[in-house]
Amino acid sequence: MRAAPPAGLGAYAKGYVGRAWWQRPSTRSLAWRYLAAILITVFFLFPVYWLFAVSLKTPAEIFASPPVWLPADLQFGNFAVLFKDGDAYTVLNSLVVATVSTVIAMFFGTIAGYSLARYRTGGEHLAIWFISQRMIPPIAIVFPIFLLFAMLGWVDTYHGLILLYTAFNLPYVIWMMRGYFEDVPVELEESALIDGCTRWQALTKVMLPVARNGIFATAVFTFIFAWNDYIFALVLTRTEVMTFTVQLSGYFGAQSTIWAKISAMSVLGTLPIFLAVATMQRYLVRGISLGAVKG
Amino acid sequence: MARPSTAPTTFVDRGGAAALAPVASGSFADRHFKYLLVLPAILLILLIGLFPLVYTLLVSFQNVTMLAEDTSFHGLRNYARLIHDARFWGALGHTFLITALALPLETIFGLLMAQLFLERLPGRQVFVALLIIPTVISPIVAGSMWRLLFDNRFGPVNQILGWLWGEPVTILWTLRPEWVYPAILICEVWQWTPFMFLIFLAALSNVDRSLIEAAQIDGAGYWTIFARIALPIIKPVLFIALLIRGLDLVRLFDIVWVLTRGGPGTRTETISIYAYVMGFQQFQISYTAAMAFVFIVILTAIVFVLLRRMELAR
Repeated sequence: MRAAPPAGLGAYAKGYVGRAWWQRPSTRSLAWRYLAAILITVFFLFPVYWLFAVSLKTPAEIFASPPVWLPADLQFGNFAVLFKDGDAYTVLNSLVVATVSTVIAMFFGTIAGYSLARYRTGGEHLAIWFISQRMIPPIAIVFPIFLLFAMLGWVDTYHGLILLYTAFNLPYVIWMMRGYFEDVPVELEESALIDGCTRWQALTKVMLPVARNGIFATAVFTFIFAWNDYIFALVLTRTEVMTFTVQLSGYFGAQSTIWAKISAMSVLGTLPIFLAVATMQRYLVRGISLGAVKG
Repeated sequence: MARPSTAPTTFVDRGGAAALAPVASGSFADRHFKYLLVLPAILLILLIGLFPLVYTLLVSFQNVTMLAEDTSFHGLRNYARLIHDARFWGALGHTFLITALALPLETIFGLLMAQLFLERLPGRQVFVALLIIPTVISPIVAGSMWRLLFDNRFGPVNQILGWLWGEPVTILWTLRPEWVYPAILICEVWQWTPFMFLIFLAALSNVDRSLIEAAQIDGAGYWTIFARIALPIIKPVLFIALLIRGLDLVRLFDIVWVLTRGGPGTRTETISIYAYVMGFQQFQISYTAAMAFVFIVILTAIVFVLLRRMELAR
């Protein structure tokens, strides 16, 4: 006979009635759920572990069959090669382009989001128009953008790619900042206006400090979107401002695949993301759900 | 049933939000303050968003290729060609096949995981923080990662399968026609299930517990509570999550491009990949423009219908 009820997911499957998820589970059910949680986490993290492991392997270990699960000793030769061959500058390009475009998109997006939130500029229609811009598939607009940029001489330039990422991320910033501003009580600005603030001061001196967490979270996401982009960078860069994603995909050749560089470059391209996520855990859900869940 | 105060917020209409009184007097900049704030954003988006759209439409009625800069009016010939292009329909089919398989898988796994982590689980924050990782890394990195894992000799996937099978497994995951779709789906579901999980976990955590306790007193079972109370409450969030993921899936490019380049042959070619190949490798500019435009129309229709349904469902 089982004293303890079936645990976790099993409880749903078996239609167990007596206990539910908001109640304190028994030790035994807790153990099962831990096991499930650990297995799931291992499944989702193992690929990441493998990537890091390969990046630290020697060439002999990379091309060992059966594969080596634990590199014998940590060596950073694969990273050294990236720096020696100059491939690492693509990471720097990604950093510059993503950072600058984030700053610009945050500035224009925040003031526009404020206008939508506090003055209902354009009503719901303008807000919907903004967010619908984000739903356009990149491949559908990248060709005319390429022709436009070719005409202006902007292909493979920093300002070209920065402008593109800025415009592409603006709808997201506007949409998110509108939501964050709407969360702030309007009385705050009303009293500031009565105290003699101008409209601009009410925004910069009162609202921006209050909404700074939202601004920060939105900025981190905007950075990640620009950092992770591939298709725009693939089409609009050649050599000068090639981003790390373009460089990375270039290692998969028809003749040979350069595993050492692939793994090391992937790790370099992942570290900033880890840092970004670690700093803004609390706002993650709201950020990825376009504000549908307030976390 | 009254909507509980902790229900997930609605996505589209937020007419209830407080607003500031408009400025009635003052200088031009004061009176048009709200428009000045949105103007730069609108101009930038028009330049990068609307101009290309109009240009795409224009070029799609011409006959521009790499060889011929033929800008004369070409009528609907590009669109007619599209209808008879088996490769286009194939790409459309592949795209919707991947979407139709990945979207339910991600949703169901995400819901199950959310249920698991909803219960009291000391150290939950650590698990959740770790599970975020796949979703935020670049799809190109995710694809590269799985190329490493799927490698038939140097990757661990075949090795692990070999242990389970009892004999060596040498599946060419990214090359064999029968294995490319499983490979793409594994990578896709691996990357985006945590996305669904995070959203559902947050939404379910927000569900008002007094509602559930009331239902429990009325004798409702575990499953009934989930299906009849929790699920309807998180439905708006479910819709948004499906919309975001669905739109990402139908324009899928990065993962497939890294894993298979649309191959073998054109077997895993998505619409985005076909458009890229046509536009940037074969320079069929006008034809690609027509394809892009059809693609946009399809997407717009889907979004419109879904948003409408969301509005009606509320």
